[in-house]
Amino acid sequence: MAQHAAHKNRTLIAAIGDEDTVTGLLLAGIGDVNAQQQANFLVVEAKTTQEQIEDTFLAFTKRPDVAIVLINQHIAESIRGILDEYDAAFPTVLEIPSKDHPYDPEKDSVLKRVQLLFGD
Amino acid sequence: MAAVRDNVFPTRMNLTVTKTRLKGAQTGHSLLKRKSEALTTRFRVILRKIEDAKLKMGKVMQTASFSLAEVAYITGDIGYQVRENAKRATFKVAAKQENVSGVLLPAFEAEVRAGAGQFELTGLGRGGQQVQRARTAYVAAVAMLVELASLQTAFVILDEIIKVTNRRVNAIEYVIIPRIENTIAHINSELDEQDREEFYRLKKIQSKKKERAARAQKEIDEAARRAIADGNLHQAVGGDAPAARDLLAEQADEDVIF
Repeated sequence: MAQHAAHKNRTLIAAIGDEDTVTGLLLAGIGDVNAQQQANFLVVEAKTTQEQIEDTFLAFTKRPDVAIVLINQHIAESIRGILDEYDAAFPTVLEIPSKDHPYDPEKDSVLKRVQLLFGD
Repeated sequence: MAAVRDNVFPTRMNLTVTKTRLKGAQTGHSLLKRKSEALTTRFRVILRKIEDAKLKMGKVMQTASFSLAEVAYITGDIGYQVRENAKRATFKVAAKQENVSGVLLPAFEAEVRAGAGQFELTGLGRGGQQVQRARTAYVAAVAMLVELASLQTAFVILDEIIKVTNRRVNAIEYVIIPRIENTIAHINSELDEQDREEFYRLKKIQSKKKERAARAQKEIDEAARRAIADGNLHQAVGGDAPAARDLLAEQADEDVIF
């Protein structure tokens, strides 16, 4: 199947997060820099602009080798509009908590849908 | 409501074909319905798992963050060093597939490449142990995230497929089956109509033939009577009897149709 072939090559985990989160994830070994010098992670600092986050997120979701996009919830919050619109199966977007921002299930795009489905 | 139906010529063959189609549609409907139910059951299980996993994730990530804080306390900031060292991913995912009533659900599996000592030298001066501990904690956390991601992917795909299946079930139930039933009713009524016409026609022909036969019989009778009268006359005059008999035989040969 075409779908089958499409996600066979998806092996990378991309991450958008604050410094600590990304450092931790990189320690686990998810970091990858490809031949075009494109990293699969973005460290969001105080000086990182909203557009930069949006562009990176869209770039990650368009890359054919990314299977999962991890994003800190407080950063996800800033691009919520794009996130709510995103409904493709691949790559999967996962909101993760960060050190300073505890996880709030109420805000999660997917959990919101889960709750919507359980509500009916 | 004007019955929506297929545009078919009302013949017995088309009736049979349409009935087969109705049976096919009904089978398809029940199969699809069962598929949808199986998927929904699966879907609910996945939903529950996602909820649990999302809540568990909070705790796992917290533990991991804490171990990183330990590293920061002992070693100082290693963020820059770690980022510079990231060249090739050692923690990857492999996609495999799971079959749920004909739907292929992808499932990710964490794949840690052997010899993953990418950060062996990090914190060599001090805090190496903490770095390795943080690394283990984060590997566990990411493994969990991968699991959650595959659940979430399954959720998104199942959601889509259940919608499609339900749409199909409803289409068959409310559009296709009524239309086929209407077609069958239409063909039946047309065939009945044809039957009635045919019956009437036969009746008419029969009555016409009876009429004609009755008229023919009357003519024969008339001729016979005349012949007998003639024979009597011949006999009275002394004519030949066989000639009179021939005439009778000839007359009797004519077809009598009822």
